[in-house]
Amino acid sequence: MDLHFGDSKPTDEERAAIDALLGPPESSWEGAARDEMRAADLRWARGGREARERRDLLLPGLHAVNDRIGWVSEGALDYLCRRLTVPPAEAYGVATFYAMFSVRPRPATVLHVCTDLACAAAGAAELCAGVEARLGPGSGVGVQRSPCLGLCERAPAALAVRAGDPVRTAVSAPATVARAAEAASAPDSAPEEPPAAFAVPQSGDPSLVLLSRVGVVDPASLDDYRAHGGYAALRQAFALGPAGVIREVTDAGLVGRGGAAFPTGRKWQATASQPDRPHYLVCNADESEPGTFKDRVVMEGDPYALVEAMTIAAYAVGAHKGYLYLRGEYPRALRRMEHAIGQARARGLLGEDVLGQGYAFDIEIRRGAGAYICGEETALFNSIEGYRGEPRSKPPFPVEKGLFGRPTAENNVETLVNVLPILTRGAEAYAAIGTPGSTGPKLYCVSGSVDRPGIYELPFGATLGELLALAGVRERLRAVLLGGAAGGFVRPDELDIPLTFEGTRAAGTTLGSGVVMAFDDTVPLPRLLLRIAEFFRDESCGQCVPCRVGTVRQEEALHRIAERRGAAAADDLALLREVGRAMRDASICGLGQTAWNAVESAIDRLGAYE
Amino acid sequence: MRKRESKIYARLTHPLVRDARDEPFRRATWDEALTRAAAGLSAARGAFGLFSCARATNEMNYVAQKFARVVMGTNNVDSCNRTCHAPSVAGLSAAFGSGGGTSSYAEVEETDLIVMWGSNARFAHPIFFQHVLRGIRNGARMYAVDPRRTSTAEWAESWLGLNVGTDIPMAHAIGREIIHAGLANHAFIERATSGFEEYQALVEPWTLSLAEKVTGVPAAAIRQLAHAYARAERAQLCWTLGITEHHNGTDNVRALINLTLLTGHVGRHGSGLQPLRGQNNVQGGGDMGAIPNRLPGFQDILDPAARLKFESAWDTVIQPHYGLNLTEMFEAMEEGTLKAVYCIGENPAQSEADSEQAVRRLGALDFLVVQDIFLTKTAQLADVVLPATAGWAETEGTTTNSERRVQRVRAAVTPPGEAREDIDILCDLATRLGHDWKYTDAEAVWNELRSVSPDHYGMTYERLAEHQGIQWPCPDTARLEPTYLHGRLWASDPAERGRPAPFGIVQHDPPVDLTDEEYPIRLTTGRRLDSYNTGVQSGGFASPLRRGEYVELCPEDAEHYGVVVGEEVQVSSRRGSVVAPVWIDTALRPGLAFMTMHFPDEVDTNQLTIEANCPIAGTAEFKASAIRIEKLPVATQVR
Amino acid sequence: MTAIPLGVPRRLVEFTLDGQEVRVPEGSTILDACRAAGKEVPTLCQGDTLTPKNACRVCVVELEGARTLVPACSRKAEAGMEVRTDTERARHSRKLVIELLASSVDLSTTPEVAGWIKEYEAKPDRFGPDAARLDEEPKIDNGLYVRDYDKCILCYKCVDACGDQWQNTFAISVSGRGFDARIAVEHDAPLTDSACVYCGNCIEVCPTGALSFKSEFDMRAAGTWDESAQTETTTVCAYCGVGCNLTLHVQDNEIVKVTSPHDNPVTHGNLCIKGRFGYQHVQNRD
Repeated sequence: MDLHFGDSKPTDEERAAIDALLGPPESSWEGAARDEMRAADLRWARGGREARERRDLLLPGLHAVNDRIGWVSEGALDYLCRRLTVPPAEAYGVATFYAMFSVRPRPATVLHVCTDLACAAAGAAELCAGVEARLGPGSGVGVQRSPCLGLCERAPAALAVRAGDPVRTAVSAPATVARAAEAASAPDSAPEEPPAAFAVPQSGDPSLVLLSRVGVVDPASLDDYRAHGGYAALRQAFALGPAGVIREVTDAGLVGRGGAAFPTGRKWQATASQPDRPHYLVCNADESEPGTFKDRVVMEGDPYALVEAMTIAAYAVGAHKGYLYLRGEYPRALRRMEHAIGQARARGLLGEDVLGQGYAFDIEIRRGAGAYICGEETALFNSIEGYRGEPRSKPPFPVEKGLFGRPTAENNVETLVNVLPILTRGAEAYAAIGTPGSTGPKLYCVSGSVDRPGIYELPFGATLGELLALAGVRERLRAVLLGGAAGGFVRPDELDIPLTFEGTRAAGTTLGSGVVMAFDDTVPLPRLLLRIAEFFRDESCGQCVPCRVGTVRQEEALHRIAERRGAAAADDLALLREVGRAMRDASICGLGQTAWNAVESAIDRLGAYE
Repeated sequence: MRKRESKIYARLTHPLVRDARDEPFRRATWDEALTRAAAGLSAARGAFGLFSCARATNEMNYVAQKFARVVMGTNNVDSCNRTCHAPSVAGLSAAFGSGGGTSSYAEVEETDLIVMWGSNARFAHPIFFQHVLRGIRNGARMYAVDPRRTSTAEWAESWLGLNVGTDIPMAHAIGREIIHAGLANHAFIERATSGFEEYQALVEPWTLSLAEKVTGVPAAAIRQLAHAYARAERAQLCWTLGITEHHNGTDNVRALINLTLLTGHVGRHGSGLQPLRGQNNVQGGGDMGAIPNRLPGFQDILDPAARLKFESAWDTVIQPHYGLNLTEMFEAMEEGTLKAVYCIGENPAQSEADSEQAVRRLGALDFLVVQDIFLTKTAQLADVVLPATAGWAETEGTTTNSERRVQRVRAAVTPPGEAREDIDILCDLATRLGHDWKYTDAEAVWNELRSVSPDHYGMTYERLAEHQGIQWPCPDTARLEPTYLHGRLWASDPAERGRPAPFGIVQHDPPVDLTDEEYPIRLTTGRRLDSYNTGVQSGGFASPLRRGEYVELCPEDAEHYGVVVGEEVQVSSRRGSVVAPVWIDTALRPGLAFMTMHFPDEVDTNQLTIEANCPIAGTAEFKASAIRIEKLPVATQVR
Repeated sequence: MTAIPLGVPRRLVEFTLDGQEVRVPEGSTILDACRAAGKEVPTLCQGDTLTPKNACRVCVVELEGARTLVPACSRKAEAGMEVRTDTERARHSRKLVIELLASSVDLSTTPEVAGWIKEYEAKPDRFGPDAARLDEEPKIDNGLYVRDYDKCILCYKCVDACGDQWQNTFAISVSGRGFDARIAVEHDAPLTDSACVYCGNCIEVCPTGALSFKSEFDMRAAGTWDESAQTETTTVCAYCGVGCNLTLHVQDNEIVKVTSPHDNPVTHGNLCIKGRFGYQHVQNRD
């Protein structure tokens, strides 16, 4: 490609960060010095397709620079583009897409303070103001307000990231101004986070299926994992063969836990049967729905379970390469998964000959960089491929043309780990859990006005009231948000809703990704709704008009009526309905289609503006 | 950095004449100017030459060559075709009997392998390159052979940076490697070619290691290209002036054609040869017979039957021998045997290699009439200047592009002042010289051409509009031929197959202007994206990309000479010397410099180039001069 | 030897369009079928030389059984589909899309939009005087063309034309996100510091006049731009030998704009800097 570069040069450190990821440049055309050693480069240059096919390393490259320096300079971006044969304008478009990157200089340490729903209810506004006052200019720390950090059980939360070699992170949750400032100023000496099991109030309960190992096994030890039943499911999978695995998963009635509830067996079958090769498996661990943190807890507490489950899924769909797209704000989950994948590789449980069965499979981790939209399956593909994380139009569906345009099965973490009990217990036993319409166990992320926030595992069919009782719901309950920002509110008198796909649907609401957020009557509803609207405005990728402009108009209208009720709000409520309807009907992807859900339910179910 | 604007030319709006060369021009009426022109030409009958215009329409070129042949009784008619692609025409004619590229643009999109040899199409032919890019996006692999790593080369799977003027060693080594690797297409060679044994013997010495030594390109790179080209099911071989602007340009073209004969990459959809033409109608000018050896429609002057046909159509006698080509006409000026020239729309005073010599020769003519839209350097030398219209925007007619597609041009604006159409002027002049020519419009000219050129017969104006252009040959008004030429070579019937295509037995001959201690740098020339030829046309718009003329050096040479970007240096060759600012380009390597001829009014690059001509086609070796760079005593940093 | 590829013959797909049975070649979009049937469906981001991006969503239609509306421009026709183009639901979304755009973007040079506003009874003003707008100033950083992003609806056509669909120069991309997303070169630099080669193929596809020739921009500013007084004549470019067809837009005997027919086999509507802008020499008349 005839790329155009400016005069900016990378610093030695930027160059080192990129070379550490990509290895040294192979020729002077790729950025090596033009010296005697490279005289042959001036006679023969190789490039073309091979050079252009490295685009998917763009996002890791941006991370490498951002991790080391704290921001992405013109020189660094140019050098990265030269190394990867990526046009600088496109790389700039990618770099500016993600909230975690900056193309302007900023302090090496950034403190991300969550201002989202659970944290807002737990005093994030005061925390934020206090931290901003304490860490002013000259403190060496930049404070950035952040959407949900997935630490809702310990709200309010803050995450400090200090660029360097290596990059250092520290979580402060529940955060106080003093503790958050300390984490940002000295991330190395910040107190250790509590273990993952802290987020599982039921930990140790023998009836647990999905969470049985969290808090029980050493998440760093493959041997401990195997001592607790690990890799029995993979052995079973090899015995069944790919078609057998798909049959078990289909018969078990497993459906996707990410919100869309699509039958997993059908997805796998559709992928497996595509003649086009290669096939890919993608695990969506870009858990960004406000209020959701179950995938983080599973990855932190039982990482090998995900490795094993991905291996089985890949085997079933005929993939030899899997990508784990992990949320950028989850440093501990990243470390645990990196370690687990490394261990599995060392023991032959990943690689050329998995379990000695002649099947090759490996997993690559790709980090997100702060974009809710990348949880949408096709946006996630674009993100991995090194493009802006914008959703693609469907059809074609991922099973036909997914990652790199190839047949791809994409599943989220919770869906995948369900495959383990299906294979170890058998489809029939698994399907006996839950209801006929919603089989198996389900994880819920309970936060807000409860005494014991955390991840709960219950068989499908338990009622909302039972779940909330388990979590110790507090007095003066005003509303429960099901499914996160893309979900809907229900009233305190609706606690008998059965938590099943069919039950919530019948009640005119949704399970979504399993968020259950309780709010008491001290939280002003209009403020919550405004926060939800801000979230969608911030996270809209901007591709389609209904969502790009609609989320702005929605936020504007909610601003106008923040202090109004009844007739004074009627015109804007009518406007919101019209905008909301167009967003739902005409947006490209689920983000825009659901951006009005929670607001609508608050108006209609809770009477938010009456 | 300064922004250089090239000289902006204003349109000629009325005829100009002068009584003596040292006098200034004065405005004249058309009648006076044409009377003078007729008298001047009439006096030089027998010592006359016509430079026709590769920029004007087919119709104008048809009338111009007819003017030379009928009114002036000479075959001395040629165009700037000579300075660029005449070797392509000569080479292709020798091999296949016809001088056009064999493929079409659309086929580049459907091929498996594309070789861009001596062609920076990304800059010089941007829209053709879009077809190449589409091919690449469709899965084709592209290879680039060029001394510089150009924008085109940056798209290649593999760029081979050979020494200037070592194309034949490269081609022969590729040929030898194909033969030795058992990848030659023997079925095609046996059926459709001749002279293979001789060719095999010719290339046998060109081992990969010898080629590496001569071309400077690693043997592995040459081997890879050889195998890729031979193994591709379809392959396109494209070239531009990097091949033709050499003293042995026709040999270079033959060496490339040999590779297609060796592999059967010709005469099939997606497989063929594409010489990319540099001017809007350089293909059509030749097709219309505005060349010294062919009558309209590629018909050989030495063929008595062809002559007879035209003699009866035109009611004249055609000289039964070839005329002088442009290069030979310039030599004849030197010898004094060519005394008058009618120059239409050409600017040889700036476009010829060794421009000083060209100006001197034109100045020595008894009579020079120039017909142009601007008062060019050449027009400034004339006795009579006739203001013409811009063919592409002010007249009706047709032009023919690089893929042999004849397309309609149409008048969109009214010409300025008294400017008149070329055909109109030619007819008026013919009338004054005793031939009462009248054409009602361009279509009438075209229909006359159709009646004498079978390959154009099927192209009525109506059909040209309907199909957005038609590629020749088109002998039938109801049918369209395949988009590629020479499918006959694949026919099973020997009669249909026709004359086998001969391998070209051509030897390596290094550039004439050798580098040595005194002139250690190899200067090569080319085009930039936003500029064009001598800049008369392209200087008229405000290109943000334009930065004027520079001598481009690699970073290492700039460091060696202690010069920086923008610093003016003395650039000297064995023929002349210019002062030019320095630009640094990493696409170059030590010992290789680059200039354009887009800004002759500020830096006359052609003072440096050598007039070493291809003996077959007459094209000069613009691509290889030996130069020296000298730092000026007081560094004059340009603002 | 290889014959000319004729392509696999295309089958016909039969489906129901507004209650009528229609047959279109396989691979056709719903929009193709609508146009073949003489039905008007508004479009903005769709372009005849580009792969549909379906970003604007003004062409949405109702597809029986689909949860959401579908974009006619990119949704392929499938056998047995039941499509309705003019339902209240589809019209509602179209109207909102027009309102959302018109309330945030300067659509004054977008052809047809005034008619759609009337037809769909759109009221862009109803979002109030404080409704956020793009609020961009025209970028005039070179003598050939102007980028007035206040008129940009972010249809991606310029990015696609500059990128892998045609020009492969990749001078521009979408940067930023959401409502703050803008078309930009790297580091938001002026065009003159970018990879831009001034082919103007982005102008050719721009549906709103956000990108325009400097000549058109200046004439509009001076109030002299008058399309009704312009002639369009297609001829062949005067530069290299590729033979690109040029359509010269002439007003008062001055060339004011150059385009190329989109169905031309040589150009497919694209030109280079010389073809697009190199006409000035013919009208340097004094």
